[in-house]
Amino acid sequence: MKENLYKYILGIADNSLILGQRLGELCGHGPSLETDIACTNISLDLFGQVRSYYQYAAKIIGDGRSEDDIAMLRKEREYVNVLLVEQPNRDFAYTMARQFLFDVYHLLFLNELQKSKDVTLSAIAAKSIKEVSYHQRFSSDWVKRLGDGTEESHQKMQSAIDGLWTYTDELFHQTDIDKIIVSEAIGVDVTQLKETYYNLVSELLQEASLSTPESKWFQKGGKQGIHTEHLGYLLSDLQYMQRTYPNMEW
Amino acid sequence: MMSEEQIKNLEIQFEERIARDEKIEPKDWMPEKYRKTHLRQMSQHAHSEIIGMLPEGNWITRAPSLRRKVALLAKVQDEAGHGLYLYSACETLGTSRDELYEQLHSGKAKYSSIFNYPTVSWADMGAIGWLVDGAAIINQVPLCNTSYGPYARAMVRVCKEESFHQRQGYEIMIKLANGTPEQKEMAQDALNRWWWPSLMMLGPTDAESIHTAQSMKWKLKRKSNDDLRQQFIDQTVPQAELIGLTIPDADLKWNEERGSYDFGEIDWNEFWQVVKGYGPCNKERMNARVGAWERGEWVRDAAMAHAEKKQKQKQAV
Repeated sequence: MKENLYKYILGIADNSLILGQRLGELCGHGPSLETDIACTNISLDLFGQVRSYYQYAAKIIGDGRSEDDIAMLRKEREYVNVLLVEQPNRDFAYTMARQFLFDVYHLLFLNELQKSKDVTLSAIAAKSIKEVSYHQRFSSDWVKRLGDGTEESHQKMQSAIDGLWTYTDELFHQTDIDKIIVSEAIGVDVTQLKETYYNLVSELLQEASLSTPESKWFQKGGKQGIHTEHLGYLLSDLQYMQRTYPNMEW
Repeated sequence: MMSEEQIKNLEIQFEERIARDEKIEPKDWMPEKYRKTHLRQMSQHAHSEIIGMLPEGNWITRAPSLRRKVALLAKVQDEAGHGLYLYSACETLGTSRDELYEQLHSGKAKYSSIFNYPTVSWADMGAIGWLVDGAAIINQVPLCNTSYGPYARAMVRVCKEESFHQRQGYEIMIKLANGTPEQKEMAQDALNRWWWPSLMMLGPTDAESIHTAQSMKWKLKRKSNDDLRQQFIDQTVPQAELIGLTIPDADLKWNEERGSYDFGEIDWNEFWQVVKGYGPCNKERMNARVGAWERGEWVRDAAMAHAEKKQKQKQAV
């Protein structure tokens, strides 16, 4: 029972961890000071959420593992984030498209999680909704600006959306543990979010003069811990200190 | 056209205002040299904040714990914020952020040389907060009372945040110094590498400082470089002792008579080498900035084009 809830929480928190880490790579390297500050801000929000989730997960599992052990000392196969969030920062269009495609899902998800029977998860969701509403506004604005900016930015944004589209379907897959936790009225039935998600995304893409990809070929595996080749490198950085200097306080 | 005599009168009135501790505001008349000197110092300060994001940004992905990662992200974000208001303060003197970037990217403008040193361990995040921000505060606190209003007001906020950063850096060092032998060694190594460059941060020795006299008159400077340096050393040495770290200076000794520490010779050759662009990371820092700016050009162009389209649509309605 508690093992299931623990794993369910990782399924939520790992997405924020990996996306926060990706955004953290950009700090000081953005196209303008304002976007730099905003991306750092989003990264900070995500890590804040991550800490609440892992602290709760550590309490549930109760075997002495800390939030940092959970965040930094698992094997790659034990991270259950979706493939979308681990995709690299190829350029600013990719970064914003990835953010947008995740934010729309994230906000729908949190709105449901807020209704969870689990009061801690419900409270974390309530707090995160405010932050994620801002993330979605920010990333949507950039999808529109770039989609409907110059010819070059339009092409770059379209190719980012096309490139990342294949990772969107996985957001709505349910693992066996998800099903159990949903049946206990703690978890969110993500299959129910799918239609709204694609409607919202298509609407915004249209507003941004972008076309919604028609491809029906999707990638999956993140939720089972089978990742793209990008995750290993991200984890090398994330885990570097904990692996090199084990069992120390920082 | 004003006559020479009129200008002379304005200058006298201007100096009197400063002597009375009145603030000079953007729309007030000011001598051209005052404008230029302020623009130079404020833009150097802004550039230092922006370049300063890079050595610390270097450890965001590798911070050892989530708590430290969040604190480091917030710190680097604060620096971006400082850059933002300092560039805005520069704009009040008539130079745009883009022009200032151009000066930075072409190598014409300077920034604090300390950021041309590499951050090679986690302890460097502690040492930078403790020493570099510590030295920066000593430089900057007097500027909260400088004569130019927008700069003085920006510095009030900057100093508050810097002093928080300094405590945070020192706290990283405390934790390492009280940790395992490996951690303590990491902390000592960082102190060894950052100590002398931090002393250099307070600027060349008074005999060689070209801007001091005029800047003192305008309250852009309140104490000489050497006095500030002494203040920094006297404040920092006990902090090192408190956590069992050793200042890497064999000549460091308390001088009872002066009530201050005597200290060893600073390697000014190294200082000038880094100032002139030949430090360990000058090229890397500049490449990172210029690269980000060039890679971002299409993004900025798109934002501009989009805003213009929106404006036209609005007018058409």
